[in-house]
Amino acid sequence: MKKWLALLLFVPSVAFAAGSGYHLDEVEIDLTDKVSLQNGAKIFMNYCLGCHQMQYQRYQRTFTDLGIPDELGQEYLQFTGEKVSDYITTPMPKEAAANWFGAPPPDLTLVARVRGPEWLYTYLRTFYVDDSKTFGVNNLVFPNVGMPHVLEPLQGTPRRVYKEQMVDGEMVETDVFTLETDGNGALDKEGYDAAVRDLVNFLEYTGEPSRLQSESIGRGVLIFIVILFVFVYLLKKEYWRDVK
Amino acid sequence: MNAFLNWIEQRIPMMRTANMHAIQYPAPRNMNFWYVFGFLATIVLVNQIVTGIWITMNFEPSAERAFASVEYIMREVDYGWLIRYMHSTGASAFFVVVYLHMFRGMIYGSYQKPRELLWIFGMLIYLALMAEAFMGYVLPWGQMSYWGAQVIVSLFSAIPVIGPDLVEWIQGDYVISGATLNRFFALHVIALPLVIVILVFLHIVALHEVGSNNPDGVPIKHKKGSLSESEKTKFKIHEYYTSKYDIIDDVVPFFPHIVLKDLVAFSVFLFVFCYILFFAPEMGGKFLEHPNFEIANPLKTPEHIFPVWYFTPFYAILKAVPDKLFGVLTMFAAIGVLFALPWFDRSNVRSWRYRSGLHKTNLIVFAIVFIFLGYLGGTPQENWKIIASRIGTVIYFAFFFLLFIYSKSEKTKPVPERIPR
Repeated sequence: MKKWLALLLFVPSVAFAAGSGYHLDEVEIDLTDKVSLQNGAKIFMNYCLGCHQMQYQRYQRTFTDLGIPDELGQEYLQFTGEKVSDYITTPMPKEAAANWFGAPPPDLTLVARVRGPEWLYTYLRTFYVDDSKTFGVNNLVFPNVGMPHVLEPLQGTPRRVYKEQMVDGEMVETDVFTLETDGNGALDKEGYDAAVRDLVNFLEYTGEPSRLQSESIGRGVLIFIVILFVFVYLLKKEYWRDVK
Repeated sequence: MNAFLNWIEQRIPMMRTANMHAIQYPAPRNMNFWYVFGFLATIVLVNQIVTGIWITMNFEPSAERAFASVEYIMREVDYGWLIRYMHSTGASAFFVVVYLHMFRGMIYGSYQKPRELLWIFGMLIYLALMAEAFMGYVLPWGQMSYWGAQVIVSLFSAIPVIGPDLVEWIQGDYVISGATLNRFFALHVIALPLVIVILVFLHIVALHEVGSNNPDGVPIKHKKGSLSESEKTKFKIHEYYTSKYDIIDDVVPFFPHIVLKDLVAFSVFLFVFCYILFFAPEMGGKFLEHPNFEIANPLKTPEHIFPVWYFTPFYAILKAVPDKLFGVLTMFAAIGVLFALPWFDRSNVRSWRYRSGLHKTNLIVFAIVFIFLGYLGGTPQENWKIIASRIGTVIYFAFFFLLFIYSKSEKTKPVPERIPR
C-alpha cells in the first residue's frame, strides 16, 4: 500500500478527476442532428486532434455515420495524409506530450461516457485567465487543469467577474462565478455556446456510435415482445382454464 | 418415426427423462409470480454463456489489448455492441433474478426440511456467481475493473501470516497486472462457468427429488395409500413419483402449465431487459460504471471506488468494521450465515402466510436493510453513512439471531391440510 501512496505523490494533479462541485449546465444532445455532428467533427479535427486522439474510432466510420462523403472528409477533415480507414490518432508523440503537460492528454473517444455531456459542455465554457498557471488559464469545473484554452480563438479571452457587494457594512469584491470575454473571439456568446454544443454532441456520438442503431432495433424488439406477450398470455389462459 | 424414437430410447433415456422432469413432473398449482425467477435465472445463464462465447471470439485478454478489443467489439464487430450489452446487462439481470429467487425461498420457507441441500446448492451457485461476476468485471480493463480488483484482492492480505503471499499468488504478480487479467479470463470463461453449470444441474436434481415448495408451504405428496382416487390428481404424473407417493389433486404438470406461466413472466422480464439493453445499457452508471470507460491506469486512483451494485451490500458491511481483518471476516460471515439459514429457522411452518407478525416484520426489515446497505456501499462515503452501515450490519445479523430465538416457540396460524382453493 505504501508503494501506491508513494506513486500517487508523483502523479501531477492534472491526472486527477476533479470534483469541484460547480453547477453543470444542461446541454441538448441530438444524435440525429447531422449538421451539428458535422460541425462538431470539424471543431474536433481543427482544435482538439492536435493533442488528443480518438484511437478507437476510424475516420471512415465517422464519415459514414455523419453523412460525409469520403472524398470530402479526406479533403476537409484529414490533415496529415492518413488513409480514410485509419484510426483518428494524433501525430503528437506521447512521451513529449507527457513532458509538456505533466501527463499525456487523454484519449477522447469515450470521454462523453466517462464525464457526461453536461460536464463537457460546462467545462469547455468555463476557462478563465489565471496568470499563476502554466498555461495562463484555469477552469471553474476542473480547477488547476493542465490544458490551455484551445478554443480561445473562438470564444475570446474569458475573465472572471467580481462584483462589489456590501458585506458586514463594508464594500467587498466577491466572486460571483461568472465569466466575461474580452470580445476578441470569432464567435459571440450564443455562437460559442452553440459551437461547444456541437462539439459535445460529436463526442457523445463517438462515445457510442451504435446508439441510434440500438434504439431503432430496440423499438422493433419491444413491439415484438408485446405481441409475444399477448399470445403467450392467451395460450397460458387456455391451458389453465380447467385448473382454476 | 416411432421406431426411430424407440431405437433412441433403448440406448439413452430421452423420453423418460423428459417425462420425469418436465412433462409428467408434478408442480403445485398455486405457484405465484415469485416462482418464475428460477426459470428466468436459467434463461439468463444461457444468455451469458452464448453471448460470452461470441465475445471471446474477439476479446483479447492482455493488459495492452483488453480495453481496445472491447471497443473493437463495440465499434467494428458486426452487432458486437449488441452481444456485449446482452452480456453486461445479463450480468446485472442475473443478480436481480437471483436475489428475488433467494427472497422467495426465504418468505415461503423453501429452505426448510427436507430442502436444506437444495438451499445450500443454491447458495453455492450464488457464491460461484459472485466470483464469476467479479472476474468478468475485471476483464474490460477499465479504471473500475482495475481499482475494484485492487480493493477486492487486497482483502486477502488481511489474512494473518499467509495474507501477503496469498495476494501475490492470486495476482500472479506483485501488483494487479496483465498476469492477473489473464488468469481471471481463464477462470471466467472456463473454470467458473463449468462449476456454475454443474451446480445448477445438482440444484435441479435436488429440487426434483424433494419436489417444489409453494406459497402455502403445504405438501403435495402424501403417503402411499392415504388418498382416495377422487383426491388424487387427474393429470398424468410420472410413475417415479406415483409409485412412491399419492399425488394430491392440487398439482399441474410442469410442462405445459408451469412453462407457459414462466413464459408469460419471461416476456415481461424480456421487455424490461431489452428496454435497458437497447435504450439505457449503462443504467445510469449502475450496470456499466462511468469511470470504466477509461482505460486502467495504475497511477491514477478514481475519486470513488465502488464495486458493481450487486456487491455493494457486502461492501457496506466490510466498510462498517474499522479493523480490516475483522471487516473481511464480517463480510464473509454475512454470506456464511445465509448458508446456515435452514438451521437458524427452527419453525415447522414454512410459509410466512401462516407465521407470526414478528417473522413477517423480521423478513421485511431484513430485505429493506439489505437494499439500504446496498445504497450505502454504492455511494460516496460520508460520516453518517459509517454509522448507518454499522446499524445496518447489526440488523442484518440480528435477523438470523432473532429467527433462531423466536422460531422455536413461534405463534403460528394453523396450516391448511391442502392448498386452499
